[in-house]
Amino acid sequence: MEWETVIGLEVHVQLSTQSKIFSGASTAFGAEPNTQACAVDLALPGTLPVLNEEAVKSAIKFGLAVNAEICRESVFERKNYFYPDLPKGYQTSQMDAPIVGPGWLDIQLESGETKRIRIHHAHLEEDAGKSLHEDFHGMSGIDLNRAGTPLIEIVSEPDMRSAEEAVAYLKKIHSIVTYLGISDGDMSQGSLRCDANVSVRIKGTDELGTRTETKNLNSFRFIEKAIQLEAQRQIDVLEDGGSITQETRLYDSERNEGRAMRSKEEANDYRYFPCPDLLPVAIEQSLIDELKATLPELPDAKQERFQSEYGLSAYDAGILTSERAIADYFEAVAKAAGDAKLAANWVMVELMGRLNKEGIEFSETPVSAEQLGGLIQRIRDNTISGKIAKQVFEALWNGEGDSADAVIEAKGLKQMSDSGELEKMVDQVLADNPDQVEQYKAADEGKRKKMLGFFVGQIMKASKGQANPGMVNQLLNKKLG
Amino acid sequence: MAVGPSEIEKIAHLARIRIAPDQIDEVASRLSDILGMVDQMQAVDTSSVAPMANPHDATQRLRPDAVTEPNQRDTFLAIAPQSEDGLFLVPKVIE
Repeated sequence: MEWETVIGLEVHVQLSTQSKIFSGASTAFGAEPNTQACAVDLALPGTLPVLNEEAVKSAIKFGLAVNAEICRESVFERKNYFYPDLPKGYQTSQMDAPIVGPGWLDIQLESGETKRIRIHHAHLEEDAGKSLHEDFHGMSGIDLNRAGTPLIEIVSEPDMRSAEEAVAYLKKIHSIVTYLGISDGDMSQGSLRCDANVSVRIKGTDELGTRTETKNLNSFRFIEKAIQLEAQRQIDVLEDGGSITQETRLYDSERNEGRAMRSKEEANDYRYFPCPDLLPVAIEQSLIDELKATLPELPDAKQERFQSEYGLSAYDAGILTSERAIADYFEAVAKAAGDAKLAANWVMVELMGRLNKEGIEFSETPVSAEQLGGLIQRIRDNTISGKIAKQVFEALWNGEGDSADAVIEAKGLKQMSDSGELEKMVDQVLADNPDQVEQYKAADEGKRKKMLGFFVGQIMKASKGQANPGMVNQLLNKKLG
Repeated sequence: MAVGPSEIEKIAHLARIRIAPDQIDEVASRLSDILGMVDQMQAVDTSSVAPMANPHDATQRLRPDAVTEPNQRDTFLAIAPQSEDGLFLVPKVIE
């Protein structure tokens, strides 16, 4: 029997405003506990929320970026539940009139095809505080710095059919919000986290199976693993003749296993109702138009432009536009280097490969775009070979010089293009290898090509890689010809 | 619509309100009366009236995004029943 996985995601994105959604307390990450929790965040009696204009604008920008209708009269509601890190006893959220209505975005599948994922809606809400359970003599410690941090929750339709598609969707959301500059997208700090609704059904059927919700996934890898694990669990249960219970689950990334948190019977009855402390938010068309005009070039448009303007493949353009920082870096390198394809190769293969290997974020790259651009220029004007260029890159990476030119100069890596000196070297190599010269002369045209490589190799070795390969070939052909 | 004792117990639990067992019947009867009134209101034809989130004929004012609140942790921790290391302490909660 062939099974199909059906996935819908709820993505929480922390907005990078200076202050909280309903108060003037700071949202900076990493402060001492409770130093950024004001009377409003603590729900002290007599306080009232006042909505942050920037949070509203951020949500509108997101809506515009995912082709959604913006709700012109948006309403905040109270989602009631009791938990100590939620001092008001309710989360101020939205339900019936969320600020962002239905929209969509496109993801690229591994096959190269594009798939459209529908977004049901996105709404504004506040984050809760943090509970610390360890080591308070049987008590829990509460830090309310995060309470009231603005979030948008983006709810997709159940349009994804594999863990890979879910990851591609999430990466797209990540790239959109970081391009827009409405979130830093830093998953390690919880700026983007996701709940996955997963169900399975027999392929070809239309009806959705019973779903479970796996909470609080905060890395692309965990999301992929958690979904694969949960889908397989459901298939195993169903194939054994069992049935799926609608429940909330947790994913334990250390053990790579899931467990039930609470079933629907025990699930909270949130008793939503419009928040009497907040009036409906009227959004003028003029504001929407104004924000639309400020939207930056978004990932899809940039990818298309990279293909048409720089002649890159869809795949390469996709990688280089996955993050705004990478795209900006690449364009700076291409401009400095004067060759976009070489720039693309160096950024993706040497730089990103190295960053990846060493587990360094792109924003922390030790080699600047100007440095890399300068390096590529020296390859283009034959000052250095591609092989030597890797040495220069290594030196730049280790901070052994301010520019490629400085490194080339300091290490004496300039390619040997002096024909007199090269000729001497070629003569020496030929004199040292009389047998190979004999064989070469006796060989036919086809074999000669291959044998020439031997001499080139010897000369490169003798010159420590600094001989200009083009000139070496010319000289050899002349001498052996 | 009438509410029975079990529903009262459930609502009381959700609202974290303690209702003494000998009060449950009375609360049930009073709540049922209120719901009866709601039933009466629901009989009114509102098909031509737009849903209203707030009775005021006004819209929300927005605040510029600026940090205006200073750190007042010591003041707030001082009025909490228990605190330690800058944290509010509460009875242990683990999901």
